[in-house]
Amino acid sequence: MSPEAESPEATDVVVAEPEAETSPPTERHGQMVAALRDALGDGVIEHAYSAVDAWVRVRPDAWFEAGRVCKERLGLSYLCFVSGIDWKQAPDLGATKRWDPDAEPTEDPGDGPGRWTTGVGGGETRFQVFARLYDVTRHVGLTLKVDAGDGLDGAPKAASWVPLFRGADWHEREAWEMYGLEFDGHPGLRHLYLPGEFEGFPLRKDFPLLAREVKPWPGLVNVEGLPGEDEPTESGEADGADA
Amino acid sequence: MTVTDYQKTAYVASQAADARISFDIEAEGMTLNIGPQHPATHGTLRIIVRLDGEQVIWADPVPGYMHRGYEKLCEVRDYAQVTTLINRIDWLGSFANEVPFILAAEQLMGIEAPPRAQYIRTILFEMARIANISLFLGDMGVQLGALTPVFFAFRDREHVLNLIESATGGRFHPNFDRIGGLKDDLPKGWIDECKQAMRRIRSFCDEMDDLLVGNAVFQQRTRGIGVIPRDIALEYGVSGPNARASGIDWDLRRDEDLPLAWKHCDWKVWTHPDGDSFARYWVRLQETREATRIIEQLCDGLPAGPIRAKVPARIRVPRGEVFVHTENPLGEMGYYVVSDGSPGGPFRCKIRTPSFSNISIVPWLLQGVYVPDVITILASLYFILGDIDR
Amino acid sequence: MTLPLAAHTFLGIRGAYWNVTALKVAAVLGIALGGAGAFVYLFLFKMMSHMQSRLGPMEAGPHGSMQLMAEVLKFLQKEDVFPERADRWVFAAAPAVVLMSTFMIYVVIPAGPRLVVANLDTGILFALAVSSLSVIGVLMAGWSSANKYSLIGGLRAAGQLIAYELPLVLAVVGVVMQAGSLSLQRIVYSQAHFKLFGVGGFGLFAIPQFVGLFLFLVAAQAELGQTPFDMPVAESEVVTGYMTEYTGLRFLIFFIGEFATGFALAGIGATLFLGGWYFPGYGLHWGNLAWARELVGLGVLVAKVMVIAFLIFWVRFTFPRFREDQLQAFAWKYLIPLSLVNILVTGVAKVAVHA
Repeated sequence: MSPEAESPEATDVVVAEPEAETSPPTERHGQMVAALRDALGDGVIEHAYSAVDAWVRVRPDAWFEAGRVCKERLGLSYLCFVSGIDWKQAPDLGATKRWDPDAEPTEDPGDGPGRWTTGVGGGETRFQVFARLYDVTRHVGLTLKVDAGDGLDGAPKAASWVPLFRGADWHEREAWEMYGLEFDGHPGLRHLYLPGEFEGFPLRKDFPLLAREVKPWPGLVNVEGLPGEDEPTESGEADGADA
Repeated sequence: MTVTDYQKTAYVASQAADARISFDIEAEGMTLNIGPQHPATHGTLRIIVRLDGEQVIWADPVPGYMHRGYEKLCEVRDYAQVTTLINRIDWLGSFANEVPFILAAEQLMGIEAPPRAQYIRTILFEMARIANISLFLGDMGVQLGALTPVFFAFRDREHVLNLIESATGGRFHPNFDRIGGLKDDLPKGWIDECKQAMRRIRSFCDEMDDLLVGNAVFQQRTRGIGVIPRDIALEYGVSGPNARASGIDWDLRRDEDLPLAWKHCDWKVWTHPDGDSFARYWVRLQETREATRIIEQLCDGLPAGPIRAKVPARIRVPRGEVFVHTENPLGEMGYYVVSDGSPGGPFRCKIRTPSFSNISIVPWLLQGVYVPDVITILASLYFILGDIDR
Repeated sequence: MTLPLAAHTFLGIRGAYWNVTALKVAAVLGIALGGAGAFVYLFLFKMMSHMQSRLGPMEAGPHGSMQLMAEVLKFLQKEDVFPERADRWVFAAAPAVVLMSTFMIYVVIPAGPRLVVANLDTGILFALAVSSLSVIGVLMAGWSSANKYSLIGGLRAAGQLIAYELPLVLAVVGVVMQAGSLSLQRIVYSQAHFKLFGVGGFGLFAIPQFVGLFLFLVAAQAELGQTPFDMPVAESEVVTGYMTEYTGLRFLIFFIGEFATGFALAGIGATLFLGGWYFPGYGLHWGNLAWARELVGLGVLVAKVMVIAFLIFWVRFTFPRFREDQLQAFAWKYLIPLSLVNILVTGVAKVAVHA
């Protein structure tokens, strides 16, 4: 993680990147991580802490067991959510901000299989499944992550948590329809939000946001000037706007 | 006598017809669509139920009629723009949607809002709760056939909405929270009007107590209907008043250490052991009263000071991931914000909404239930479509 | 000795049978529609709104009094829509059946000693029998609409109407026993002469028959399909139940039928329990103002009808609705035994008093 110092514009506040924590925020967090490592052995690849939270990344074949251990042994019986994340950088749309599916990438985007920039707890593949569980009596939560695959040969996969948490049914359906993540053991992955004939997986970074295609950001293109004023420029970029 | 081909075919057909008849009787059931346009659903939620007479065999909610793709939209907006967007997730208690996201961004940046801002954030959060739940208190009556309480609910909610408008500029979508604090300070005289409004809301709650909770027909229609046991509730992720009505003593205002002002006042978490529709109504009624008390205490103890911490003019959130959840009017709302350190918006913003999990229990909950009870159960679970669909 | 064919009287007008009958039919239509309209305006528009801390329709006419006229005209000019798979004849006939059964109740309600369309000896029996015909109309509507919601609503309505007929009838039996006659005029007369513990002249059976009055009100609420018994038209569940597929004039007929039945049942209740057209000054010598006495009697009856209607609508706007099985349990397990007990006590008391 490369630290980036922010150069302040109008104030003298320096927002520094928080340092990586090595000690658990509370004793219970430490106990939970230790118990998981105990139960799963080398199923746990790495863990991470922040000032208030804990993350554990497990191997794909240990994902279901991790869920079971958390629910039955650690008291993390409340399912907060199960979702996915796509670590590919969104394509740079260039000055026109228009998405062209046939365009060749102008430069090496800097990431690819084996070179993904991932987040807390690490990761080796483009898609990850992450879930958050919570203990309503001890009031601590834990975020679990697992690598799901790059999606190049076959869909990215993970084990389904539906036998453990019935509510995972809907969460995994949504993760499937948004990312294409397939969950082994799910009773029936079908569309939750999108109509049945929808093609594609919208939350993937290479799926275009059609609003951007139709009308480039920031949307000042069609504004007419007042009488006597010059027409605004076509690109309509506001002063110093980024991204 | 030979049997003709025609006779053989007729015999086989009649056997087949008999088999079909008995097969149909076993699989007999009427499929009914509740919604998406239906007076009972709070918005466009479609529930396909299969009935056997008046009982439900299975039920399948079909959400998504209001899916706006918030998580994708959040990725292409920067943090101030995301605030405007997420107001509209739970549109009745909109301020409450902004707070966890802003807190997440502040946590990533290492900024804490000044105490006055924390207090006012909490006050507006509780007002959002009152605005949201007072509608529910009246609306549950309408779903059951009592037409009058909902008018009282709308009338008394106006007081709270007027207050929110005078403070933030918007009745429904305040868009008032900023990273580091709030947009503006409170107008003059707001605190006194606030206390008056809280008294009115309490008298409204007493009216609802008399009109609905004390009504024998209401009790008969809601007691024992739609019981959610504690462990099933946890598995499905049911949160908020729904969970507390099932006896789970969990309230993120008390149990989570957030930079907001609930720890500075004296208030009670209400639970109910039954887990039925009546319990859910009762818990929400008590919570509305409790919210008025919290607001009064916070108004009394409001510290002076700046309303916003010093933040750079252009927000740039460092790399990191954080999950912040709060006790929203509908339940536990959380934002898992992943930032990659670049200028602009979040890299990934997973929005955990309470109604999504509250409604995922509907297939389990509606089995074997009578059709009128379906409406009672849906009304008591209280969802907002924007919250389910995002 | 029978009257000659040519000499029938109604409202003091003598004429041939058909002329007088036409006059009677016009009177019934006028009263039924006027009564229904008054109910809709006073109770549905104004009373409900004021109870809900709002004003109600204020635009059409002074204080919204012409709103009903506007609504009628609106319904009349709507397109006549048939669902594609509906049974056309049955679909068209259902509202007529319901309305017919309502109008026939008005035949026996007396507004004065001679102000009644037909003074039948079996007055109340006729009225109750005829009001039950609406069940057929409701079933016809629900079945022929070719719509699952309508079917559910129609079946619910039929079950409810049949279940609550019994408390209605049994509540009336107590009054009939007390008065000694089925004829509504005789019941009014017996109320006029009724003495409770030697004190008479107030002309109400509501006092000795208070249980009967309560039962009648509850059963009438159910017969009218008002909350808490409005399962058949539970708006938030089955849209409008058996009326879902009806638009325009046909829906208007159902709507009018509902309120006309309300007026009729309130009229029956006022006659049975509150003394009908009788008021304590009726027996005094009015002399030349005998015609005024009739008018006052009519006004008194209308006032009593409004009192009963007020109770019915007040309950309607306050209570949530019963579930179908709770509704049936309430009728069969609570109302009917109570009404039987009422009959028993009335019979015992009557024999004891007269013995």
